[in-house]
Amino acid sequence: MLNTVLFYIFALFVLGGGVLTITRRNAVHSALSLIVSLLGVAGLYLLQGAEFLFAVQIVLYVGGIMVLFLFVIMLVNLDEAAKQRQFNRQWLIALVAVAAVGAQIGYFIYRGKDAFRFAEAPVAAAAAALGNTEMVADSLFSEYLLPFEIASVLLLVAVVGSVVMAKKRI
Amino acid sequence: MHPISTVHYLALSAALLLIGTVGVLTRRNVVIILMSIELILNAVNINLIAFSHVLKNVNGQVFAIFVITDAVAEAAVGLGILIALFRNKETVLADEIDLLKW
Repeated sequence: MLNTVLFYIFALFVLGGGVLTITRRNAVHSALSLIVSLLGVAGLYLLQGAEFLFAVQIVLYVGGIMVLFLFVIMLVNLDEAAKQRQFNRQWLIALVAVAAVGAQIGYFIYRGKDAFRFAEAPVAAAAAALGNTEMVADSLFSEYLLPFEIASVLLLVAVVGSVVMAKKRI
Repeated sequence: MHPISTVHYLALSAALLLIGTVGVLTRRNVVIILMSIELILNAVNINLIAFSHVLKNVNGQVFAIFVITDAVAEAAVGLGILIALFRNKETVLADEIDLLKW
């Protein structure tokens, strides 16, 4: 019962924040709405027992990426853009296309909703003794060690790339 | 009220994905287009966590960590490109950047 109420509250945060993000004229307001949406997503993680990702979502997304966004909004002069038209000329076509895709996804979920009722997985009993963070770490550092290392290389490339992009002359 | 099932999470994730797609396709401001991409990646993560929860398998959460890593890299490089773009063209509106358009 409590889970149901919390789910709807967080869903309201997520969707309301998302809609406000894409409709606000001022980019700072958009960023603040996006923070509300991301916090709602973090709450959904907590509802589903993913405590580690809940912390990662708040520390990395809200604390890291959104601060980066706000810094760039301050660096780039957006006053001129806020006075102009906010939506481009193909907005009607885009809405129709998105509605078509949405109808397809909705139909798929509606028709397949019984297929999503899985039986209880047998591994659950053995793994329940460990904490969520411990299980994530076990999986990340054993099964997914190579992708983990490649992700660190990706982040290094992204750091170098963004410095090169934003620098006046190299 | 029904108890919350995986289908609820899938529907929420699909709705968030569509909101993000509308933002990418219709907005002119590049900063808000980048924020919409973050919305889309979060929709993916909701899906991964929902299946990870119902299948009692932690691999979905590991994948979500990789998706977050990609989102960080994408935001950093995208905002770097945006600063370079603003320095050279004095605009952040996506449809005014049409140098390669015939």
